[in-house]
Amino acid sequence: MTRKALLLFFLLSNFVLPAGAQENLLDQLKSESKADSDWKSPTSTFKAVRLINGHTVETRRKGNLEFLISHRFGRVNTGAYQFFGMDQANMRLGLDYSLEDWLTLGIGRNSFNKLYDGFVKIGIHRQGQSKTNLPISIVWVSNTSVNTLRRPELPMNLERRLRYSHQMLLASKLNQLAAIQLMPTYVHQNLVSERSGENGLFALGAGASYRVTRSIHVTMEYYHRFTNENNGSTNPLSFGVDIETGGHVFQLHLTNSQQMTETGFLPSTTGDFFKGDIHFGFNITRNFQLTKPD
Amino acid sequence: MKNIILTIICLLTLATARAQDYKTETGEVVFFSSAPVEDIKAENNAVTGLFNTQTGSLAFLVPIKAFRFPKSLMQEHFNEKFMESDTYPEATFDGKLTGYSQSETGSQDAHAEGKLTIHGVTVNYDISGTLLIDDDQIKMEAVFPVKLEDHAIQIPSVLFYNIAEEVEVTANFVFEEIKK
Repeated sequence: MTRKALLLFFLLSNFVLPAGAQENLLDQLKSESKADSDWKSPTSTFKAVRLINGHTVETRRKGNLEFLISHRFGRVNTGAYQFFGMDQANMRLGLDYSLEDWLTLGIGRNSFNKLYDGFVKIGIHRQGQSKTNLPISIVWVSNTSVNTLRRPELPMNLERRLRYSHQMLLASKLNQLAAIQLMPTYVHQNLVSERSGENGLFALGAGASYRVTRSIHVTMEYYHRFTNENNGSTNPLSFGVDIETGGHVFQLHLTNSQQMTETGFLPSTTGDFFKGDIHFGFNITRNFQLTKPD
Repeated sequence: MKNIILTIICLLTLATARAQDYKTETGEVVFFSSAPVEDIKAENNAVTGLFNTQTGSLAFLVPIKAFRFPKSLMQEHFNEKFMESDTYPEATFDGKLTGYSQSETGSQDAHAEGKLTIHGVTVNYDISGTLLIDDDQIKMEAVFPVKLEDHAIQIPSVLFYNIAEEVEVTANFVFEEIKK
């Protein structure tokens, strides 16, 4: 009896199983799918390579050239005579080139102090990489700037014109809308304005971005500087809006800093945001893909 | 003794029934958008598919993030703005292949009828293509249009790439027999 039942089972299963398999072909594929594991990293953390004044963990992929045009106008509280700051602009023209997905080199020229800056940006870890699953992205940025302003009253050699900064950017995309970033930073100035001034400066930055619509994000950026000096400098604070349109990102912002490199806005910001020392500014980025992606 | 023989026969037929499954893990799907300003083409070589010759059942799964674009920024926008691939990580097809002869060895026409799900929206499709049955391989090829509107894929309002409202999809699969 049991043998017959067994036989019946096999005979039946012969007809039933292929039919069952037919219904489940897609489910079978889904259960084997690698989509969850292989493509876990967010496609982007921030919309642009700059948060407002400083860098984001975002870099373009290999072979991309990014052209950046940035302006910071004068203070809005200078009134109608200065057209609310529009008469005085600090401009930066910059080029960022990504040699590899994890390596970007950049140069820039700022009209303020006739300053040249260059940086290297190294991706150390990408959020959600399959091996570690660590939910943060880590990027290192080292920056050097040369102030080429002529100062006849001071014997200026190259050493005195140089400033450096080093940053560790730690960012996490929390969900499809929000991303946060922490930026421990060290800035070194070879020449400081007062004899008693310190050459080194530590700061901790914090930033965030929130998606309002599919193409518009609001951003904020703040750097707290750990210094005992009382030379009138302040902590840079900025609020912005990012508008993305294909190959361009338009970033509009309000900030108390007029300089756009870490070596400038960290030690030398003097505006007090809450007293109206606010600069309107923008960054416009244009992306060019120079080599084909792998 | 008779029972044992019968059982063995049953097991053997079971095995042959299973062997009629064909699989691909490197299926290719290409989409092409032709617009006045810019032609955009993206390729995906990570499509998985299953085909059962006995029932004609055909299913395939397209991981959206595996589409490769000529510009990496385009790929980012495709995933984030158009396909929302964090929410809808894959496109799927679940249907049947009809109108073909299993004994035919040359290239022949066939129809794939079924549900195509893109961007979380399922639409019934009747796709005509060609089929080539080899010894242990089955090749399928089809070109068909997909309307973005049908799958609720919106083009962002802020001035963006020029994208055709209808894109041309080319599917190219080489199925291999599953050997057990």
